[in-house]
Amino acid sequence: MNWAVEPFTNNEFLSRALMAGVLVSIACAVVGTYVVLRGLAFIGDALAHGVLPGVAGAVLLGLPPMLGAAVGAGAMIGGVGLITTHSRLSSDTAIGLLFVGLLALGVVMVSSSDSFTGDLVKILFGELLGISSHDLLVQAVATVAVLLVGLTFGRPFLLLCFDPDLAQVMGFSARLHHTLMLLLIAGTVIVSFQTVGTLLVFGMLLAPAGVGALLARRVGVMMLIAAVTGSVSTYLGLLASYHFSYAAGASVVLAAVLIFFVVFAITAVADARAARRHIGVQPEGVAA
Amino acid sequence: MIPQAGGTPVVARGLSVGYHSRAVLSGVDVTVEPGESLALVGSNGSGKSTLLRTLAGLLSPVGGSLTVLGGAPGSQPRGLAYLSQFHESGFVLPLRSIDVVRMARFDHRGRFSRATSLDEDLVRESLQRMGVEQLAHRPLRSLSGGQQQRVYLAQVLARRASLLVLDEPTAGLDAAGREAFLAAVQAERDRGAALVTSTHDIGEALVCDRSLLLAGRVVAAGPPNEVLTPEHLLQTFGVGLTRIGDRLVITETHHVHHEAGHAPHQH
Repeated sequence: MNWAVEPFTNNEFLSRALMAGVLVSIACAVVGTYVVLRGLAFIGDALAHGVLPGVAGAVLLGLPPMLGAAVGAGAMIGGVGLITTHSRLSSDTAIGLLFVGLLALGVVMVSSSDSFTGDLVKILFGELLGISSHDLLVQAVATVAVLLVGLTFGRPFLLLCFDPDLAQVMGFSARLHHTLMLLLIAGTVIVSFQTVGTLLVFGMLLAPAGVGALLARRVGVMMLIAAVTGSVSTYLGLLASYHFSYAAGASVVLAAVLIFFVVFAITAVADARAARRHIGVQPEGVAA
Repeated sequence: MIPQAGGTPVVARGLSVGYHSRAVLSGVDVTVEPGESLALVGSNGSGKSTLLRTLAGLLSPVGGSLTVLGGAPGSQPRGLAYLSQFHESGFVLPLRSIDVVRMARFDHRGRFSRATSLDEDLVRESLQRMGVEQLAHRPLRSLSGGQQQRVYLAQVLARRASLLVLDEPTAGLDAAGREAFLAAVQAERDRGAALVTSTHDIGEALVCDRSLLLAGRVVAAGPPNEVLTPEHLLQTFGVGLTRIGDRLVITETHHVHHEAGHAPHQH
């Protein structure tokens, strides 16, 4: 079992990466559950990519990339709200327009300056193996903040996922809590992009929560399954990266997506068997 | 005894309801007292759901005045239970039936406090009244449409509200489910709760104290026996209908020009 444990005990950079990945997994489990249940995958994807011009702008101005990412996310959320409020366009059209517009702006900014050599890959795919103690601390604070917000607003968030009208009637403002949910997604993307990158944080939001949705009968259990799936994916991805020299961030997300499809196949077969038992159909070749 | 929200459940004067300042239903004058029931009858697009959403505080009135439970619509959330016509999330959320009914008590419990024994008693009792207690721990997404509707109605009952605003509550229910619902509603009224419900079922409208026949305006208002006349039904649905007991029979197929489209189901 040395090959499975020693890479993490002998290499501090790898153990730090594992800790950061687990923290990202816990935050993404909470937020990703709401993304899946509320059907916010598209805006999650758009936020993950829309922060690019903000990050690029911050780098050009010598400001913290996280600040730029926050500005980019704010532009995305504000822009979607502006378009949907003042036009008849649906939110997915507004999200798509801002998504492609901000991504294109980011690529133009990056390609117009020599100072971004290598940075684009870092922004998109993160730098999991280069995590500093400071990055780890920031991620830990962000994860605790996400847990606190999730705990505080768990009931209105659940009502919002179930039926926004019911939330409103029961005195929980649907608009306010929807905005809060978007800010929570944005905050997770902003903090996590330094670890796994903007492109891959989206995968960590969706794949583990997707596994949870396939297996869980309760929302809390779904979050727990998502957190465990994300953490196991981090471990497997880093292990593969260490032994086979794969890109670390991409390996982690690939592991999460693979786990999703394995669980999907197992549950699909189990559901089909249960349905067959339910209607009393015998498999072919079996005498009645 | 659970305290009731104060004020007359519904007082509407010259009320117009609609979307983006455009009225889809105008001229509603109605008062619903505690323990009373009001049925909204009309074809698709007649304004029933819009009126119910306005009573629930989900839409602002376009004109006229409206007080609900003695205040502005939406100002007394604990006093009101609302059932919407569509539930799109039933097959996505990992929720058991009992979790859905427990949601009814969220605004009574606040953000952190655990359910009280009163909350749990209400949840269990509501599931029993709708005949779905044996489905309490089944995932909502594994239930049939009719079973899900019973769970949603149990959620309404568990709110123990002073005003029930229900949009086509018996849609999808079988005969037993409909019977359970009518018995539960009667029990709610007996404890003083008021009911405003939309329906395409004349039989259901007949058991209410009063009814409003709607077609973008109020065609008739009053006791069901006076409102659900062949003349009024012709104006509302555009076909000649006669009531025999709680059944409707089409007596004239000549279509009059009217914004209200289809005839109701025959009963």
